[in-house]
Amino acid sequence: MVIYGVYIVSKSGGLIFNHDHTLPKIETEKTFSYPLDIKLQYENKKITVEFGQRDGIHVGHVLYAINGIPVSGRQLDDGRDALEIIENKENYPLILKFGRPKMTTNEKIFLASMFYPLFALASQLSPEPKSSGIEVLEADTFKLHCFQTLTGVKMIIIADPPQAGMDILLRKIYELYSDYALKNPFYSLEMPIRCELFDTNLKTVLEQVEKSGLANV
Amino acid sequence: MTKEEEAKLMYGMLFSIKSFVSKISPTDIKEGFLHYKTSKYTLHYLEIASGLKFVINTDNNAQGVRELLQQIYSQIYVEYVVKNPLAMINQPIQSDLFKTKLENFVKSSAVYLSKAI
Repeated sequence: MVIYGVYIVSKSGGLIFNHDHTLPKIETEKTFSYPLDIKLQYENKKITVEFGQRDGIHVGHVLYAINGIPVSGRQLDDGRDALEIIENKENYPLILKFGRPKMTTNEKIFLASMFYPLFALASQLSPEPKSSGIEVLEADTFKLHCFQTLTGVKMIIIADPPQAGMDILLRKIYELYSDYALKNPFYSLEMPIRCELFDTNLKTVLEQVEKSGLANV
Repeated sequence: MTKEEEAKLMYGMLFSIKSFVSKISPTDIKEGFLHYKTSKYTLHYLEIASGLKFVINTDNNAQGVRELLQQIYSQIYVEYVVKNPLAMINQPIQSDLFKTKLENFVKSSAVYLSKAI
């Protein structure tokens, strides 16, 4: 039972708050011999797996380290070029560490604004009139719960599929939002929420829910 | 909204949902998007290995719809479209036999019958 993250999207579709609760780390370290049976490519300032899947390494994963030395961009921390090392036969065997890339803040903003049209389309495409937008979206690895307030602010929780009672938690987050963000005289609407009280209270609620269920919320 | 417009919107939405799901997922996905629910209906989605997509809209209480979609693929689509020498792959399906078989199949399924009660 895990809650992965919480997002709050303003009525105009911008991300105003996000909190990563538990992010599973997906990393695999493996010794490779020459020639490398995985095709790597440098794009968006990351070295990503372009082709070839094996032992938990998937297409889209990012190269994190070579022989235990972290890679940033295409350079190793000691200044050498990562792709050159991988191409050179004499450097083998190499220990490469791959992992699923973490979402950057930019990507989160992008995804949050992407949800807005999906929500609107879902209510437009309804076979029955006056449908709401997406309330629950399930995939095999997570379940997304969305609650839209009367003013159009959307609260989104990404959680494990079996996690129950998320609709109650969404309303609880709404309560926290109105108590600690809206009642904060320094908070202006539609702007990113930077309120310490909101952060701490949200964290305690999420931890409570994970530990002891929804009984105490 | 005409049927054609609706179909285009639906395709656009599903395409975006697919990429949205693959990006926001905390771990690596296998099947990806399964279904979404609004206050009035549930949309179930099945994508088979060749990229063909099956979508069905149901009410919110329907159970076992994913299995129904699998069966529509294996028992109706494969039987009456793939094995039909006149039907071209990736062309609009015009076979009347397919239509009637599909309709009968859905109407006799547990999902449809439980709605009637």
